Amino acid sequence: MKKLTFRRGGVRLPDSKLTAGKPIVEVEAPEVAVVALGQHIGRPARAVVSPGDRVARYQLLAEADGFISANIHSPVTGTVKSIGPVCGANGYDIDAIIVESTEEDRDSDRAMMPVRVRTDVEIAAMSPDEIRRAVRGCGIVGLGGATFPTDVKLTVPEGKSADVLIVNGAECEPYLTSDHALMLESAEEILKGVEAARRACGAAQAIVGIEENKCDALRRMAEAAGGYPATEVVGLRERYPQGGEKQLINAVTGREVPAGKLPIDAGAVVVNVGTAYAIWRGLAYGEPLVRRIVTVTGPDVEGRGNFRVWNGTAVATLLELAGASAEQGSKLVLGGPMMGHAAINPDAPTMKGTSGVLLLPPSMSGRLEPDACVRCARCVSVCPMGLEPYLISTLCRFGRVKEAREHSIANCIECGCCSYICPSSRPLLDFIRLGKSKR
Amino acid sequence: MSRLLVISESPHIHTGDTTQRIMWRVLLALVPAFLCAVYSFGIGALIVTATAMAGCVATEFLIARYMLGRRAPFVSVSAMLTGVLLAFNLPSNLPVWIVLIGSVVAIGVGKMSFGGLGCNIFNPALVGRVFLLLSFPQQMTTWPLPIVNRLRYADALTGATSLTQIKEGVAGAVDWAGEAIGATGGSLGEVAGFALIAGGLYLLATRVITWHIPVSMLLSAGLFSLVIGNDPFVELLGGGLLLGALFMATDYVTSPMSHSGMLLYGVMIGLITVVIREWGAYPEGVSFAILLMNGATPLINRYMKPRKVGEGRRDG
Repeated sequence: MKKLTFRRGGVRLPDSKLTAGKPIVEVEAPEVAVVALGQHIGRPARAVVSPGDRVARYQLLAEADGFISANIHSPVTGTVKSIGPVCGANGYDIDAIIVESTEEDRDSDRAMMPVRVRTDVEIAAMSPDEIRRAVRGCGIVGLGGATFPTDVKLTVPEGKSADVLIVNGAECEPYLTSDHALMLESAEEILKGVEAARRACGAAQAIVGIEENKCDALRRMAEAAGGYPATEVVGLRERYPQGGEKQLINAVTGREVPAGKLPIDAGAVVVNVGTAYAIWRGLAYGEPLVRRIVTVTGPDVEGRGNFRVWNGTAVATLLELAGASAEQGSKLVLGGPMMGHAAINPDAPTMKGTSGVLLLPPSMSGRLEPDACVRCARCVSVCPMGLEPYLISTLCRFGRVKEAREHSIANCIECGCCSYICPSSRPLLDFIRLGKSKR
Repeated sequence: MSRLLVISESPHIHTGDTTQRIMWRVLLALVPAFLCAVYSFGIGALIVTATAMAGCVATEFLIARYMLGRRAPFVSVSAMLTGVLLAFNLPSNLPVWIVLIGSVVAIGVGKMSFGGLGCNIFNPALVGRVFLLLSFPQQMTTWPLPIVNRLRYADALTGATSLTQIKEGVAGAVDWAGEAIGATGGSLGEVAGFALIAGGLYLLATRVITWHIPVSMLLSAGLFSLVIGNDPFVELLGGGLLLGALFMATDYVTSPMSHSGMLLYGVMIGLITVVIREWGAYPEGVSFAILLMNGATPLINRYMKPRKVGEGRRDG
């Protein structure tokens, strides 16, 4: 098996995969589900229910508002209590639909068995357009973290073509193991989803890239891929940010996505393994995207593990399930430690993009005092986009955003390698983000 | 919410490696060469090194604290390192007062006048050394011969380095074994080739430095001297090239940021060194070559950029 990786920059991070190999634990749906309207990149969805309405599990709560947007469905059977602002993870208000369920509602949900709506043969007979429409109907978005509407990704624009579908099983962020767990338990289903996605975007070939620290998943997926002649599974050398679209395309095919362009401009479409699984569930069972695997972890979280969580479950509930509470840690990160967001409100709901809940102890929550830049050039050598973080960051710090743009600040993927490696602990990415946000 | 959570932008983890630790590693890498110097030159090496370190640390503290009004720690590791590197570029019998002047110039003029750590254009230790070379040419080019009496300091027997001998056309046989372990004349830190290489390998292994500057610099000096008909091994081992390539030219602050820039910088230092040695007035040119290229570093940084991914050449 080949051991590939991307060519420019990157860092080798400590693994910290404390929950590797832990089975997926099914979590009960919450009594009160807080379903956010903006769970994806693009316009927030528009509510199609009103307070007081009865809704069933999987029923459409809000519909996509425009092309780059996604449908939102109810994770529980219950009554719509309110539609309006609630406090989000970062402390700012987000719009959400709150669905309350009674004990009977939850009993009926529990009794609900998945029903096949399409057989494998029927799925194989679907046209690309039908697949995309089904995917859009199910509100499926990229589950790797970026939450870009999947049907849009699978729509190849006029005049362009994709010859390869790349499936992201890199999971290069430390701590996170949700994709790993899913690959171990549902390899077959993932590959069926991959097959459908491959046909939808018209690619001749699908390549699944998995980092070699997950050798059991790599083996499992390679075995399962035996039945899919168009799908190849490749091992990748552990290196962050391998799961970044541009890096993964480079690692797997050797191609570079032109600056400022999309993967399709390099003839590739990239989907996450979790997304492929969601596509399969959507096609085979008509199941909309209302739950996902979330890794709940942290050095001091005793009951850490991989949980299958219904959307709208409070983060605090997940911590409780893992035998921890936000009080015992001092930094709560949604996502991985390199690109995840620090949360201020543990009662915020999980969403489609919540891949992990990471509770860091006080000793790991702070930052070192920044020192003077000694121009060690480490930020330059680790930047996977070939940029000069020290320079761009300094320009932004002094408000010279125009010059920062000339040095291609827009190419920055905010992977955080520069801030991670800086021996003077300078907040390089903070200033780069500040500069990117300026108009 | 009974307790406040810490929030910050990502990334939420850090290598834990710090500038201080890197500088300690460089100091550690200089220990073998220092021990060889003490072995070769006796107590003089110790006195000069200790004086230079104390002078640099004191100068940095006094300027940072009382002239710039900064809250500076009493002992700056970076100043200690400058002190050691300055001492390594001095003869081991240099009078203490001259060493102190060198330290004040190195830190005061070479570093603090630019704003302190990270702001200087020229390598501070070399600024100090070249200042002394121009101000005290007699004392700075009188090299004590090794292993005479380890307890004698100021009036040790003196002689020429192999480079001076070559320059003056009295070369004769060069003592190879002597060049490698340091039993030959020269600045106190530059004579023990193997010890310097061991320290350099440690820096490479711990990723304090990358191969680009030392390899390009040594290769270009070696090849160029071969082209003009000199013995490349005498060029490489006979003077300060090893010390320069591994410890002086690799100084973070004054060397280029991109790998291509580092290669150009190293090649140019190697070339200029040999040119000065061959056709210049001085028998040794490493310090001048490094300082010249230090001055060119901002220009190199401006034009030798890393290739941006997705721009220019693509498809691998």
